[in-house]
Amino acid sequence: MKKQIIVGLGSCGIAAGAGKVFAKAQSLIETGNFEADLKQTSCIGMCYKEPLVEVVDEKGHYIYGDMDVKKLEELFEKHIKNNVVIEDYVVESDVIKGHESHYFAGQVKIALRNCGYMDPESIEEAEARKAYQAIRKIAADKVSPEEVIQTVFDSGIRGRGGGGFPTGLKWRFARNSQSDEKYIICNADEGDPGAFMDRSLLEGDPHAVLEGMIIGAYAMKATGGVIYCRAEYPLAIKRLNIALMQARTKGYLGKNILGIEGFDLDIFVKEGAGAFVCGEETALIASVEGERGMPRKRPPFPAERGLWNKPTNINNVETFANIPYIVLNGADAYNKYGTEKSKGTKVFALTGKIKHGGLVEVPMGVSIREIIYDLGGGIQEDKKFKAVQLGGPSGGCIPESLIDTKVDYDSVNATGAIMGSGGMVVMDETTCMVDMARFFLNFTQEESCGKCTFCRIGTKRMLEILTRITHGEGKEGDIELLQELSQQIKDGSLCGLGQTAPNPVLTTIKYFRDEYEAHIKDKRCPAKNCKALLTYEVIPENCTGCTVCAVKCPSGCIDGSRKEIHFINQEACIKCGECFAGCNFEAIRVY
Amino acid sequence: MRISRKKISLQAVEIPEVNISLINPIIQKYQGKKGNLIPVLQGVQGLYGYVPREAFIKLNEEMGLKLNDMYGVATFYAQFRLSPVGKHIIKVCHGTACHVQSATKITEALESELGVKDGHTTEDGLFTLESVACLGCCSLAPVMMVDDETFGSLNGKKAARAIKEIRRRETQHS
Repeated sequence: MKKQIIVGLGSCGIAAGAGKVFAKAQSLIETGNFEADLKQTSCIGMCYKEPLVEVVDEKGHYIYGDMDVKKLEELFEKHIKNNVVIEDYVVESDVIKGHESHYFAGQVKIALRNCGYMDPESIEEAEARKAYQAIRKIAADKVSPEEVIQTVFDSGIRGRGGGGFPTGLKWRFARNSQSDEKYIICNADEGDPGAFMDRSLLEGDPHAVLEGMIIGAYAMKATGGVIYCRAEYPLAIKRLNIALMQARTKGYLGKNILGIEGFDLDIFVKEGAGAFVCGEETALIASVEGERGMPRKRPPFPAERGLWNKPTNINNVETFANIPYIVLNGADAYNKYGTEKSKGTKVFALTGKIKHGGLVEVPMGVSIREIIYDLGGGIQEDKKFKAVQLGGPSGGCIPESLIDTKVDYDSVNATGAIMGSGGMVVMDETTCMVDMARFFLNFTQEESCGKCTFCRIGTKRMLEILTRITHGEGKEGDIELLQELSQQIKDGSLCGLGQTAPNPVLTTIKYFRDEYEAHIKDKRCPAKNCKALLTYEVIPENCTGCTVCAVKCPSGCIDGSRKEIHFINQEACIKCGECFAGCNFEAIRVY
Repeated sequence: MRISRKKISLQAVEIPEVNISLINPIIQKYQGKKGNLIPVLQGVQGLYGYVPREAFIKLNEEMGLKLNDMYGVATFYAQFRLSPVGKHIIKVCHGTACHVQSATKITEALESELGVKDGHTTEDGLFTLESVACLGCCSLAPVMMVDDETFGSLNGKKAARAIKEIRRRETQHS
């Protein structure tokens, strides 16, 4: 059998250098010295080992991690030419034991079932992996729209974009709205910093999302489809457009789709222009209509009056990607995973100070500890885990004491965080929680559309207070003022952005009040992160007088000549940390 | 807040002459289509790197789009620019994951390498330095994007080196 070489060309793989690896593989094959077919796939979720190269031979498959041009030459020479597997580089395989196999062992891949296992630009490969089987089954068995909705409802799937509203119910509302024009929209405006599962899905398996939309359109009798995708995701947009062309050619889109009388649908990609608030349904609709993306009052809900004032249903990318699986395999195949109120699986993006950053899909109800330590491999440099931010700027942080919290909608909400789209940013002891709260407020303050007074001005005032605290100018009563403002913003905002913007502040105050107090009362940053509150000092016993710090100091504030104990002039110190980083004798202390 | 998010640049940038007829195909493509405002502006920006004043006027005259609607949209969305940019655009990611991994240091290093502040263009017109919310490559944090190329697992030195490399290529060409 001719061997296959498959290079992972998702956005993060390319950022890690997969493009060069692919080009090298191409040129090696062109030399004629090697017998192999070269193919591409997308992200398999193992971002920390990118670039990944998979070799398939007669025995099975081998995924090689951390590849570069040099290792690739070795791989060609050994594995491709001489059938010698380089075990040291294999991260996962069905033949031998890869040293990262545990990363996959704890996962259940439903939404990500095809990501990294096929060429996302080939509809034939997608079909070979059961793409469009669900809509074919609907057409062949004449499954009624109501039955489809019932299956989705029975599966228990809830909106994966963060709201957690039961998808089946949402579809029923849209179906019950009477109109000759209806729209189905896929929300791919993944603006939550720290989450990238939607990008990965669109890049890795666009057909799953399209099929989910087609099934949804059939169920609610939608006549038009829109995918609202971030312009920051050029590769996702490109692959979506390829997939759409292929689906049209194959008759999955168009008139009387798969022979279903009167089922006409086409779908278009609409590029977002960069506004976090457009993740909110009514703001997204305004944006598709070509206006400023500002939310409006609900009711009327989009299910009654949405795009162009017609009934509209909006679901998230991950929700749609699950639908074909549910329809094809039945509700039970999905709801056997999960907890009583949160069914199925959820994709999480593991980032921050974690060893194994990447995408994982796990059944609802596993604990945060399992995700971070068993799949994520723990904290970088084995530092101490401090907190994890769930739900991005709308969410909150979960401290170490709650690390055994199960990830389902209700347990996460009980901590003050939200499930959100599934971004998990891990923080260690060097992350300052006050600075983190400031960071998120800075984000929401900038992204507030300005419609509601409390969101517009309240977030600004909160940011000012937080900035003051991190600059060592915090005052007695600041914490209480922050809490009061938070409540007012929550009560006085129309949409989710404002209603959740104070969450990062509230949860950090709840779990890390002592850090706020240290900043305000003692003018000290326990995580040694807030520059204005740091003091650098020479430890006389350790100083050898090597002059390295004095040479490195950009402000020239370190005095001392060779073989003499040095001294930092505090007035002139700009707290850049160069002396601390440069000292070879641990003779600089920071507090 | 989005009303004031476009900072007025204090840099004295000479606004170059633009060949405004380039936008005719865009006008033809979107004429009379509903919801066309954002794609039209995106198309114009794709041509010039920003939306020139002349384009607003032409779109108003030939497509009937209202100036205040266009200006409202162009200042609302982060993507649109109203002044010319450098040949290469450097987007430093300041998403959560990158922030936790010291993205500020990347911006600082680039500021000193380029000699301009965040949001500004170098005098030779080669680079514009920008901060963006999230590029979606979180597990390679901190990251930056120069034009369409993404650089991951950065530190200040690596970022500066990448810029030096592009500058070197540019000077060889010219």
